[in-house]
Amino acid sequence: MIKVPMEMKTKKYWRETAEAYLYLLPAFVILGMFSFYPVIKSIYMSFFDWSLLRETQYYIGFENYQRILNDSVFRTAIMNTLRYVIGYVPISISLGLIVAVLLNSKIRFRGPLRVAYFLPWVTSSVAISMVWRWIYNQHYGLLNMMLAGLANVVNTVVEFVTFGHFTEVWQFTNPNWLMEPQWTIINIVIIAVWQSMGYNMIIFLAGLQNIPHELYEAAQVDGASPWQSFWKITLPLISPTTFFISIISIIGAFKLFTEIYVLYTGRPGPVNSGMTIVYYVYRNAFERYRMGYASAAAYILFAIIFIFTLVQMRVSRSRVHYGS
Amino acid sequence: MLAEQQMWRYRVRKTVTRALLYGVLLAGAAIMMLPFIWMITSSIKAPHEMTLKTIQWLPKVPQWQNYKIAWEAAPFDIYFKNSFLIAFTVMSIEVIFSSLAAYAFAKLRFFGKNVLFLLFLGTMMIPGEVMLIPNYITMVNFGWVDTYWALIVPWTISVFSIFLLRQFFLSIPHELFEAAILDGCGKLKYLVTVMLPLSKPALVTVMLFKFIGSWNSFLWVLIMTNTPAMRTIPVGLTYFVSDVGSYYNYLMAASTFAMAPILILFLLLQKQFIQGIARTGLKG
Repeated sequence: MIKVPMEMKTKKYWRETAEAYLYLLPAFVILGMFSFYPVIKSIYMSFFDWSLLRETQYYIGFENYQRILNDSVFRTAIMNTLRYVIGYVPISISLGLIVAVLLNSKIRFRGPLRVAYFLPWVTSSVAISMVWRWIYNQHYGLLNMMLAGLANVVNTVVEFVTFGHFTEVWQFTNPNWLMEPQWTIINIVIIAVWQSMGYNMIIFLAGLQNIPHELYEAAQVDGASPWQSFWKITLPLISPTTFFISIISIIGAFKLFTEIYVLYTGRPGPVNSGMTIVYYVYRNAFERYRMGYASAAAYILFAIIFIFTLVQMRVSRSRVHYGS
Repeated sequence: MLAEQQMWRYRVRKTVTRALLYGVLLAGAAIMMLPFIWMITSSIKAPHEMTLKTIQWLPKVPQWQNYKIAWEAAPFDIYFKNSFLIAFTVMSIEVIFSSLAAYAFAKLRFFGKNVLFLLFLGTMMIPGEVMLIPNYITMVNFGWVDTYWALIVPWTISVFSIFLLRQFFLSIPHELFEAAILDGCGKLKYLVTVMLPLSKPALVTVMLFKFIGSWNSFLWVLIMTNTPAMRTIPVGLTYFVSDVGSYYNYLMAASTFAMAPILILFLLLQKQFIQGIARTGLKG
């Protein structure tokens, strides 16, 4: 039996309840219409052959799910998304942590440096992807010009130290970053790491400031090197922050879309090399108007994210160290 | 003698680590800034300077008219007006709605409070892409496609803001609330005259997040608009690309002015912003 608390029976309590619901009303209406309702509606739609182009919709059971799971393009989308998650998440987190640890020491220009690292995060993905498109340009892009310069230096140095035995060890041919499919995910990983590292850094910095300074001093007295302090003190004590950031990053990474769309001007990269799960949803819903089919794909995305988050929580239970 | 030697060795090592530390951090910062620098210098280059095979950092003569040409090549004045209007409206309404909801969750006792709070938080778990399609159909049914309504109304509530504000409200001593209520202060009056002024940092964070989020939002606007009159800066920019093709100096000029408002806003308020993010990380 549910125990009814005493306060439930008082008039004051119910008056306060009424007032609270009044305050919650706008949130309720908006969330109800644009969050709760669509979550349920899209499950329902995923069992239909639902097209915007006609009036009646046909119930088809699990057929959408079956067809998606058998679609080789969807499998490509999953593989590309996974490659992106595996490439982006660890690099972005570890670079963020490294910069945070370095910035956490007593140095000058801390404020400006922090701003410099963080700036990419506030900029619009669309505008910045445009800039990267120019950087990746095969003939006149900054990346290839810098790499060519670097190759030149390497070749000269190698030639000099080997007394001319090895010339041209690095034969640099301009890679066409945006046209060759093997680069697509790597291109996006570079942009995403560049853009999100600063955000991770800020959160790590906040976490680092919570670690008592005495711990480091004690370790130093006991003869620990900074390297040892990092592995034995910083890393374990920062683990709740790391956990938080990795959950946020993984969820965000699974939703990759905008960068691909802009970098490849509305196409999923050469030969579908940039086809991601969200791109697949977008294409089926808003280019082909197959709403039921796209809903099913969106739900598969949700299931994948959900499983990943659960696994992470499981793993973290034994690994994450929470202070007493 | 030995002590002196040790001291000297210690000093050398310290100087070297310092130099290394600054070297790494400055090199990293330079790499982070490089795309911005390249964007700005490219935006004022002449067409023939865009097709050089070696790096030329600065143009011989800065071509400021590139900005004018880019601005006039697409209805950017409309895009800017839309972006400002939408971001400002969404931000203003959202901060009111979220404060009210957060206040109820933080200070009032009411029936179903915990269940509701969990229900609200649960929506943060679900990727927005799941809701995209039904929301699109709702908009079609309302006749809101290609109107401001579609671009504003669904975004006037964010569970994230409610959560952030609730956490902040909870940190304000409850005795204050009880004393005020005993003195006959209405609950809404207490929120407006006491809570909100005390919560300025949290409110600024929420508003900044919302403004920037709205300014940068892409997929929803892309789907919801089909005429230039309704487009915002990011969506307008993608259409601009197909118009000017590979004239990258104009594209970089357009990217620069598309980013400028947010970059300026951030540089002005960077302290509040960075503190705000640090706070969300800690409480999340």
